[in-house]
Amino acid sequence: MPAVEVDDLVKRYPKSPVNAVDGVSFGVEAGEVFGLLGPNGAGKTTTVGMLTTRVRPTGGTARIGGVDVVKDPVAARRQLAVVPQRSNLDRSISIRDNLVFHAAYHGVPAREREERADELLEQFGLLDRARDKPDFFSGGQSQRVMIARALTHAPQVLFLDEPTTGLDPAARLFVWDRLRELRDSEVTLILTTHDMDEAALLADRVGVMDRGKLLALDTPDALISSLEGEGTLELTADRAADGAVVDALSALAGVERVETVQVAAENGVPEPAESQPLRVRLYLTGDAALSVAPAAAVLAEHGLVLQDVKLGTPTLEDVFIHLTGRTLR
Amino acid sequence: MSAIAVHRVEQATPWRAFRAVLYRDLYVTWRELPAFLAQVILQPLFLLFVFGKVLGSLGYTQNNYADLLFPGLLALTAVITAMQTLAFPLVAEFGWTREIEDRLLAPMPTSFVAGEKVLFALLRSLAATLIMIPVGILILGSIPWRWSGFPLFVAGLVLGALVGAGFGLLLGTLVQPQRINLLFSLVFTPLLFTGCSQYPWPSLDQLRWFQVVTACNPMTYVSELLRGALVPTVPHIQPWICIVVLVFAVSVLITVGVRGFYRRAID
Repeated sequence: MPAVEVDDLVKRYPKSPVNAVDGVSFGVEAGEVFGLLGPNGAGKTTTVGMLTTRVRPTGGTARIGGVDVVKDPVAARRQLAVVPQRSNLDRSISIRDNLVFHAAYHGVPAREREERADELLEQFGLLDRARDKPDFFSGGQSQRVMIARALTHAPQVLFLDEPTTGLDPAARLFVWDRLRELRDSEVTLILTTHDMDEAALLADRVGVMDRGKLLALDTPDALISSLEGEGTLELTADRAADGAVVDALSALAGVERVETVQVAAENGVPEPAESQPLRVRLYLTGDAALSVAPAAAVLAEHGLVLQDVKLGTPTLEDVFIHLTGRTLR
Repeated sequence: MSAIAVHRVEQATPWRAFRAVLYRDLYVTWRELPAFLAQVILQPLFLLFVFGKVLGSLGYTQNNYADLLFPGLLALTAVITAMQTLAFPLVAEFGWTREIEDRLLAPMPTSFVAGEKVLFALLRSLAATLIMIPVGILILGSIPWRWSGFPLFVAGLVLGALVGAGFGLLLGTLVQPQRINLLFSLVFTPLLFTGCSQYPWPSLDQLRWFQVVTACNPMTYVSELLRGALVPTVPHIQPWICIVVLVFAVSVLITVGVRGFYRRAID
């Protein structure tokens, strides 16, 4: 039995002219890590809201462990846990008590919940702060507490809504490490993100969402290789050049598009393109390696010396651009 | 991943979750006992002291005024404590702390979460009114008391707490966080002074329009019911009328409040 089954799920908020979630269907196997990738406002959080019984669907069905979330929300809640985008920790009690009471709400016997709380606090590097109240915790620490709290009742499906948005790089790596550990456990993870690196790194399969619709659904590798033959080639010359070079590069066989890359100066403000050595990115329909020699020849014709070459492969971001014509952010 | 024992899901019953959430609230109250006592005692204590003791000592009020004031202040404490217990945390929990989410995701119906809030408000309200008895004895020297009025006394406290809880539920789910200050000026203050806690309702004959206004405040019936229980010699509204009105008010407020709670809990 799939851990999560979603069939033609629709949500329209009152007074809204469009569906926030517009006929989304997918299934997630037990133990899988499933990522919903899309920009803000794509309907990811609303989808998770419906799956976690906090948003009432306008149409369609959603099941957690075979339980219909609308018909039997109580049974659905037994099996799931949610780590929300913003902290919703109980501020009146210590973080250890946050874990212990959460377990109590879910019927974990007294001694077991104490043991499990300590175990998870240690695993999440929070043991030394166990007695502190969540008031003065940083975003990364709150996130860790919330993930630990969610695990105290051993949920079958764990939902994480933008688990690392707004975290500093170190905190983000820590959360990623913990989530990768969870991949090896039996818990099913469903995470939403607008970060393609996060989706590619953590998810077994990724659903690409935009404007309430699920546009594509596959493993990150399969999604990327669906843009088969596409590659990028980044060239840097020894000095600045005029538009004629760009035009000549655009005219090469297999080149879809040429973009002049602006290099940010130290203060973050890009220098004018004319004063910089030429740096361009070629978006190709074919293998990037085959275009290196023709491109170098074009530069030589214009009296430029090629100084650096970077071959690139498409990312999930490119998949998203391919599907929607827009960038993720 | 370290081995985490899997507890049996069947242990997660709605009643277990309900009890755990109630226990959490009692635990926090116990840990913040001084704050709780200050919140519930201070206001009635000063009202009792100034109106019951100071004005009486100065000769501005009659000797028996403290006797009719005391039941009124019990009513006030019962209603206001329950309302405060519910309204303020609820506005915060739905508004910015979002603390309530963890309880809404516990394996119990949403109505249980609202029901726990009402029960907790009732318990805190009863605790607060019972504390008023020794406080009253301390300040006034003696308080009006009749054992024969005890059933009515208990009914008054419980119904008063439930009316307050109903108001709290309604306001807590209705008021936007940025308007929380308005709760005080627009709701608490009028409720406080039109609830007949400082004057018996029948004596308002002289001020007909105000008598009509006070008749619309459910707290009036709590005050009158408690006067009927403790000082029946003071003219008061018949207890059965009070009980009928209060049962009706509680049903309406709780029904509408729970509906508001659902609206906030589930999109």
